Amino acid sequence: MTAVAAWVRRHPVICFFVAFAIFPWLVPYKSLATQVLIYGLFALGFNLLYGYTGLLSFGSAAYWGLGAYGTGIALAKLKVTSLWLALGMGLGFALVGGAVFGFFCLRRRGIYFAMLTLAFAQALYFAGFHLADWTGGDDGLRGITVPALTLPGLTIPLDRSVVFYYFALAVVGLAVAALKRILDSPFGAVLQAIRENTDRATACGYDISRVKHLSFVFYALFAGLAGALDALRLTVVPIESLHWSTSGQVVIMTLLGGAGTFFGPFVGAAAYLVLEDSISVVTESWPLVIGAVFVVFVLFLPKGIWGTLIGGFHGR
Amino acid sequence: MPDVSLAALAAQIFTGLVLGMIYVLLAIGLSLIFGLMTVVNFSHGALYMLGAYVGFTLLRLTGSFSVALVMAPLLVGALGLLVERFLIRPLYGRSPDDPLLLTFGLSLVIVETARLIWGKIGLTLDPPRALAGAVNLGFTYFPTYRLFVIGITALVLVALWLFLEKTNVGLVIRAGSRDPLMVRALGFDVGRIWFLVFGIGAGLAGLAGILAGPMRGAYAEMGVTIIIESFVVVVVGGMGSLLGAVVSGLLIGQIVSLTTFFAPKLAEIVVFVFMAVVLLLRPSGLFGEAGLLE
Repeated sequence: MTAVAAWVRRHPVICFFVAFAIFPWLVPYKSLATQVLIYGLFALGFNLLYGYTGLLSFGSAAYWGLGAYGTGIALAKLKVTSLWLALGMGLGFALVGGAVFGFFCLRRRGIYFAMLTLAFAQALYFAGFHLADWTGGDDGLRGITVPALTLPGLTIPLDRSVVFYYFALAVVGLAVAALKRILDSPFGAVLQAIRENTDRATACGYDISRVKHLSFVFYALFAGLAGALDALRLTVVPIESLHWSTSGQVVIMTLLGGAGTFFGPFVGAAAYLVLEDSISVVTESWPLVIGAVFVVFVLFLPKGIWGTLIGGFHGR
Repeated sequence: MPDVSLAALAAQIFTGLVLGMIYVLLAIGLSLIFGLMTVVNFSHGALYMLGAYVGFTLLRLTGSFSVALVMAPLLVGALGLLVERFLIRPLYGRSPDDPLLLTFGLSLVIVETARLIWGKIGLTLDPPRALAGAVNLGFTYFPTYRLFVIGITALVLVALWLFLEKTNVGLVIRAGSRDPLMVRALGFDVGRIWFLVFGIGAGLAGLAGILAGPMRGAYAEMGVTIIIESFVVVVVGGMGSLLGAVVSGLLIGQIVSLTTFFAPKLAEIVVFVFMAVVLLLRPSGLFGEAGLLE
């Protein structure tokens, strides 16, 4: 490994900020860059659970959707005027959802866990569908006005897409720094120990179910924050936020990029969204292409794009 | 609450029985594949959808529902064999998550291909003329075709049971789900058994699809909701347990059907609440063995 690569490894958060500061000028249009940031954050949360803890969730839409609806309901229904309060409400929804669903889903391990997360997310989808007074049901939640960003002595309106991009970059960057902190902590080491050998981690005296539950809650918070940002980006929360296809999307992104690698989720989100953007112009059957690409990756490139590039540790 | 007449309630219970039978066909295939190969087949719903579409085309070509009913499951089963051979087999020995991920990608491909072939708008399948109309059951009238579905499914289940319990191949399959290593040590080609079982499971999904077609029509998304419900059936019944799949499928059919009758808005959610309760009380499901592939 060259000296540069070693430095990149040691300072991922700085690298993240540098790369994404110039990123909007590397893609065809700015809103695609914002999407990559937000979906990258979503995949980052999923990667904490799957790539680092070894738990495959097929119900990520639940926490993404809870974050989106929490923030959306705060702004559209409760007429909250503080951006921070609205984001906080999204995080609060995701926290409660993650804590409750996580408790049930973690009663089973392995494949059962995957199916349970899927089932609970589906239940939430139907609930969102029927609670139309609060969620807008099939039409989606409309009427979201994004308040200006207020910092001590500073008020910045977020209506220009470049401004919103850098606001999102600041928020996502903080989340990336938080993830780095989590992974470097003893708790982060236990997560990876669980992935490698759950029985052995138990034998070492760790309270596995508590550690897993905490990991699940962090995952829900990251996903919820991403969903909340997306509600601000779109100023509408479509019911598809809770749909299982959203859960599938984040699985595909993370595996394309490389599960268990630090930057894999962002690489995967970028690859997925750029691919979608360029193929959907040519053909409507774009899921056919992404499905086939995904199958090929599972078969031949299980480390994903980033994982293969850095030749690093493959997470499972 | 709607005005409850006994006849309407009885009809609803019969409807639940039909729904339960479809669940059972799907869950048995899922459970069989899982019990033997520890593979969760996410594309099971897509194969179910293909069963209905292929049945539609066969019906169009031959004009005979019986031909469609026999051929559609065989064709879908054959596709299942190809999937096992070329996509699942390379993944044996890797994490059990990998086949789940792969079949998830595969289901996207199958659903989208079906959209290309059969169009985006749903199609209707007509039941054969002999099965049109309704039968007087004494307390209520019930569509003949639905009674036929109950009969066919029961027949297939009995045949499957006889196959697994009374034939030599069935014996090896059952042994393989207990201890594949020992079966291999005794000189059986476990790979061929897996191949066969994946085909049977896929065929059962195809059968469920062609049976459901005349009741619900054929459309590209039809497999999505039902695959998630079938997962619930399998989790509630106990992974790998065939008896569990049958009991739990019929039970959940009744729960859905009766909730639709009394509180339609809750019908889609009640399944998941029921699953949560079962998991709290019996984490390994009603008939499941604790610890199987955890």
